[in-house]
Amino acid sequence: MIDEKTYAELREIADRYPEKRSGLLPMLHLVQSAAGQITPEGIEACAEILEISAAEVSGVATFYTMYKRRPVGDYHVGVCTNTLCAVMGGDAIFSRLKDHLDVGNDETTEDGKITLEHIECNAACDYAPVMMVNWEFMDNQTPASATQLVDDLREGKEVRSTRGPKICTWREAERVLAGFPDGLADEGPSAGPASLVGLKIAREQGWTAPAGSTSEEKAND
Amino acid sequence: MTDTLTPVLTDDWDAAQSWKLATYESRGGYGALKKALGMAQDDIITAVKDSGLRGRGGAGFPTGMKWSFIPQDNPKPKYLVVNADESEPGTCKDIPLMMASPHTLVEGVAISSYAIRANKAFIYIRGEVLHVIRRVQAAVAEAYLAGHLGKNIHGSGYDLDVVVHAGAGAYICGEETALLEGLEGRRGQPRLRPPFPAVAGLYASPTVINNVESIASVPSIIANGADWFGSMGTEKSKGFGIFSLSGHVANPGQYEAPLGITLRQLIELAGGIRSGHELKFWTPGGSSTPLLTAEHLDVPLDFEGVGEAGSMLGTRALQIFDETTCVVRAVLRWTEFYKHESCGKCTPCREGTWWLTQTLARLENGQGSAEDLDLLVDQCENILGRSFCALGDGATSPITSSIQYFREEYLAHLEHGGCPLDPMASTAFATEGASA
Repeated sequence: MIDEKTYAELREIADRYPEKRSGLLPMLHLVQSAAGQITPEGIEACAEILEISAAEVSGVATFYTMYKRRPVGDYHVGVCTNTLCAVMGGDAIFSRLKDHLDVGNDETTEDGKITLEHIECNAACDYAPVMMVNWEFMDNQTPASATQLVDDLREGKEVRSTRGPKICTWREAERVLAGFPDGLADEGPSAGPASLVGLKIAREQGWTAPAGSTSEEKAND
Repeated sequence: MTDTLTPVLTDDWDAAQSWKLATYESRGGYGALKKALGMAQDDIITAVKDSGLRGRGGAGFPTGMKWSFIPQDNPKPKYLVVNADESEPGTCKDIPLMMASPHTLVEGVAISSYAIRANKAFIYIRGEVLHVIRRVQAAVAEAYLAGHLGKNIHGSGYDLDVVVHAGAGAYICGEETALLEGLEGRRGQPRLRPPFPAVAGLYASPTVINNVESIASVPSIIANGADWFGSMGTEKSKGFGIFSLSGHVANPGQYEAPLGITLRQLIELAGGIRSGHELKFWTPGGSSTPLLTAEHLDVPLDFEGVGEAGSMLGTRALQIFDETTCVVRAVLRWTEFYKHESCGKCTPCREGTWWLTQTLARLENGQGSAEDLDLLVDQCENILGRSFCALGDGATSPITSSIQYFREEYLAHLEHGGCPLDPMASTAFATEGASA
């Protein structure tokens, strides 16, 4: 539903930019947050605010893979099957989840809880195989941990990202992507263990970058 | 002689609540911004030029030179755009940087924007990393409250607004002109160049687009000097960079070292190839950089060294595969990725990646013939260099390099009637020592 509040927030997004059309990507994230998917109504609202045609908005909404034209479950579960994760076990995990949830790629379980999708590289290769739930990192998965994860999500148990907060719903996540923070930035660690392996060795060995120059002139030569 | 590892960008990552402004400032953060605001803007550009910093997003273009291309006599507003759309397969350095130390990026944005006389900057982050977006949003908000951003920053008279912009899923938006299209609210399709973004970028105004790691390196250069930065690395590839090891090593992760370190050194730091296995092939800088093998372990990982070895340094995304991995399967999967991510603008890339996928799938299934290898090479030659951007070029890299080094393995698929390797043996949860 694009109610008055959402409509006002869509305008607010457009106003962040020197040229309002720049707001379109975050605006479409807000449409998904409000309506659970990209809807014709949401497309019309964006078009009206940006003073462009609905066809132009549709052209953008169909280009980017995060925009969905069918209802998405409470939890969007992504399994990385790009080469590195696939080899490390992503293919086995994705195959197991399809069987376990009885859905195909980009389909939602009958209870409306889980939408399963195989995704491309999500920039966490040192934690392979990687899954994302509502775009939060779930690092170092196995077929067993993955099935447990989706079972917990369906049963409404608390699930936490391995490098972030308790998993919120997909619609709540989409609101943050639209640029409306949810106050959860301080949850989770500074970095996961793999992010720190090199730093840990440097600390143990006493390795550092050279001492800095104190002379400003040096930098300006 | 510099140390083997030189944590600069990663140095704060093990601090408690490293992402908070208070933590960052307690370790000297925003000192470089204050210093920069007391410098002439051209002197900052000169310092970055003199440091030898080259773009950390893969292409390696000198950062200071890029900044100096901004025509300062152009009356239009100038913009800084940070490319935080980290999506190249294997690349995983900017995401942990922004999660652990977003203020390093924000301080870099402030200094860089001041240098190029931009009063508006955008950080374009791929949409699929929710918690990273939260951390950068929060850092920008904290920086405003502390007066590091906003009006009259630290009494200098300089104003800067920063917008955090989430993308929506498109590898192509890592290409700088496609990113600008996305930031203008359009389909992410690359633009013809020239004009280059420095002359006509965002809203046809002069625009600098830099990778996260490039911008995050700027505060350290301003604080410590160009000579300090240049004392690390090699003659033409100066400074430090984050090397990301993934795949079949004992301890995958991030290793920040001077450019020029070798994979042999990095694998040793990572505890070796996983127990009982040996290196088969690797990417030096993501899937768009031609594969290398064990014979390249001692290649200096700098722009020149990797270039001479027939590949590219790229993003230092070192994906390591051992002998359990089928190279044909690996290459097919990358090719499917390029096919999926081709934006459709240029025919050779849009159509060519579909043909490549079909030919490779046939080979992986043990169908087709040895002539299909020549067909693949021919297809690649018809894609390479024939499109607006480098996506199509990148799609050919794993194919031509794998045929160069592993022709026999392709042929073995035909003899075997399919893949001769067991995919389970390559997984992280395979029994230790399991072999094909």
